[in-house]
Amino acid sequence: MNTTKHTISILVNNQPGVLQRVASLFGRRGYNIESITVGKSEEEGLSRMIIVTNGDHHKLEQISKQLYKLIDVIKVIDISANPMVERELALIKVNAEPSIRPEIIGVVETFRATIVDISPKSIMVQVVGDSEKVKAMVELLKPYGVIQITRTGVAAMIRGV
Amino acid sequence: MSTQTLKATNKELYAKLMQPDVITGSEILLRSLLLEGVDCVFGYPGGAVLYIYDAIHGNPDFNHLLTRHEQGAIHAADGYARSTGKVGVCIATSGPGATNLVTGIATAYMDSVPLVIITGNVMSTAIGTDAFQEADITGITMPITKHSYLVRDVKDLSKIVHEAFHIASTGRKGPVLIDIPKDVSALKTKFTYDSKISIRGYNPTVLPNKLQIERLLKAIDEAKKPVILAGGGVVYAGAQNELLKFVTKTNIPTITTLLGIGGFPSSNDLWLGMPGMHGTYTANKAIQNCDLLIGIGARFDDRVTMKVEGFAPNAKIAHIDVDPAEVGKVVETAIPCVGDVKKVLELANKKAKPAQSEAWIEELQKMKKEFPLKYEDGDNHLKPQYVIEMIHETTKGEAIVTTDVGQHQMWAAQYYRFNHSRSWITSGGLGTMGFGFPAAIGAQLGNQDRLVVSINGDGGMQMCAQELAICAINNIPVKIVVINNQVLGMVRQWQEIIYDNRYSHIDLSGSPDFVKLAEAYGVKGLRATNKEEAQKAWQEAMDTPGPVLIDFIVEKHENVYPMVKQGSTIDEMLMGDS
Repeated sequence: MNTTKHTISILVNNQPGVLQRVASLFGRRGYNIESITVGKSEEEGLSRMIIVTNGDHHKLEQISKQLYKLIDVIKVIDISANPMVERELALIKVNAEPSIRPEIIGVVETFRATIVDISPKSIMVQVVGDSEKVKAMVELLKPYGVIQITRTGVAAMIRGV
Repeated sequence: MSTQTLKATNKELYAKLMQPDVITGSEILLRSLLLEGVDCVFGYPGGAVLYIYDAIHGNPDFNHLLTRHEQGAIHAADGYARSTGKVGVCIATSGPGATNLVTGIATAYMDSVPLVIITGNVMSTAIGTDAFQEADITGITMPITKHSYLVRDVKDLSKIVHEAFHIASTGRKGPVLIDIPKDVSALKTKFTYDSKISIRGYNPTVLPNKLQIERLLKAIDEAKKPVILAGGGVVYAGAQNELLKFVTKTNIPTITTLLGIGGFPSSNDLWLGMPGMHGTYTANKAIQNCDLLIGIGARFDDRVTMKVEGFAPNAKIAHIDVDPAEVGKVVETAIPCVGDVKKVLELANKKAKPAQSEAWIEELQKMKKEFPLKYEDGDNHLKPQYVIEMIHETTKGEAIVTTDVGQHQMWAAQYYRFNHSRSWITSGGLGTMGFGFPAAIGAQLGNQDRLVVSINGDGGMQMCAQELAICAINNIPVKIVVINNQVLGMVRQWQEIIYDNRYSHIDLSGSPDFVKLAEAYGVKGLRATNKEEAQKAWQEAMDTPGPVLIDFIVEKHENVYPMVKQGSTIDEMLMGDS
């Protein structure tokens, strides 16, 4: 069966060690973690993790079932099986001598990204969007000399009710 | 549940334990364990559990057995749990005490055994500083526990203990670890005990989907060659009577996996034996030729399926299991039936009808007669299979038998015939050498009126031999059998068959004299080198009230047959020369 990318939302108890439990499960059973984000959810005491992974239908079913066996896991949803909104934020520091800055700013503005810091030799770009957009932004900035990239990983949600 | 039992059986103790006194974390722990109905704890003290052991000192209600190694403690708790169905409990100190439990925790996890493991840890303030005897035991054991707790506040302790027992003993059972920092065990708070449980992320499925049961019964109705594969889940769910009823009603031949042994009476005509690598000819052939395979509390382990691609090629597979993650994990399952095995079978039994299986049964019965388990016996050598058969006959199949891991384990599984569940105790999933003997001690303490026989190899016997001390000191009357071939037999067998007789590091000659070793610990030791001596020594062991070790010097080159090599399908069996 086809291996495809999946975005899974996992509602967990906000307990010490819960990230370790989930990450350790993925590691032990050979499931891939492409990105992971964790933060407080709408409910006191619960956090939501968004994990981007890949696998076929059988693997995804196993991931979900194995996650449910963790006592601290409350709900697992493959949100990529639904229409969803997926967003990621990246900060990209690029070499930027004053002479080349207008060109870079042109690229950044086309992407509706923003310049969040400027120093004598570099600028810092903030881009928000789905992973494809972030990837494209990085590719476009590469020729100027990317010094550092930091990405938040994906936050995602099903559209509608 | 167990709290209710205590309330009913010992009102006085219950009332005493429930007093809202201001007490230390250690006293809270002991009270909570007693309220859970714990009647026996295995453990080993140390720096981080000194407050706990101080509370045990002088507590007349608390029964603690000091082992000689933490590994002995956890295997004993495991044997206790497997043989009684209750939760096994053990205690160890921080650092090395806790890490010595790791093999035992993994053993219990693989075989779904309910344990509550108490470890001490360094002071809360010292955690993370690489303090003396500090180890991150909750981190280390995360992949081999069903759940674990690091107690941060003494006020949470009684609730945590109660939750731990609930989690360990419900759904798919398993070990739960509670790590208690030393200061938490010393701090005082008012004792409260809430018997209600509410864990939002934990609701094991008990009742199955009725539609799936209908589908199962329909599949049975349509099948010509149905087979049941019953595993440890039948034993753990206490579903042996329901299974017998189901088999009787449906007339389906039944195979028991290594852990399922005893879950279905071997005296029943429809029993085909064990499947897999060292399974019976008929059991393996039945799986390969059946058109409906009903897995009940079995997880299609690789030692059962062997080459998965060629496993049960003609069968529609139905799977009854309490753990949804096992359904469809290894084999494609047409009829998934998630729920408590006992409940599922109870429901199925209401409408179960005989399958059209007469011709199939006839075929299998013929096969059973034609290809029974066999070995070449003789008067010159003492054969290991003979020793097991002798033990079976003299104990009439009524003993609790624990084994270690290797050839003797397979011979015991093949030649000791069980008719009761919870009488066969062996490390199936993890295959832990050193398990069998301490597990027998736990089984004996949980079943004081039954005969407990611990069957070991001469390799595994040396992995936990130190527990001979506690048998002698506490007069625990386990009959310790050593099937002594002076070699790591199963490794030797593989090296002979698969590695062209290149015997690498398997020679155990020069091992201690087991008779003298037993005697050094104060346990009676006997030796037998031929059939006559074997019968005499075994009879003497049976007639001796306390613990006895019997060293059976057996034929070195004996192999376990049938054998399916890795990479083969289960019907490609080596049958041996005999």
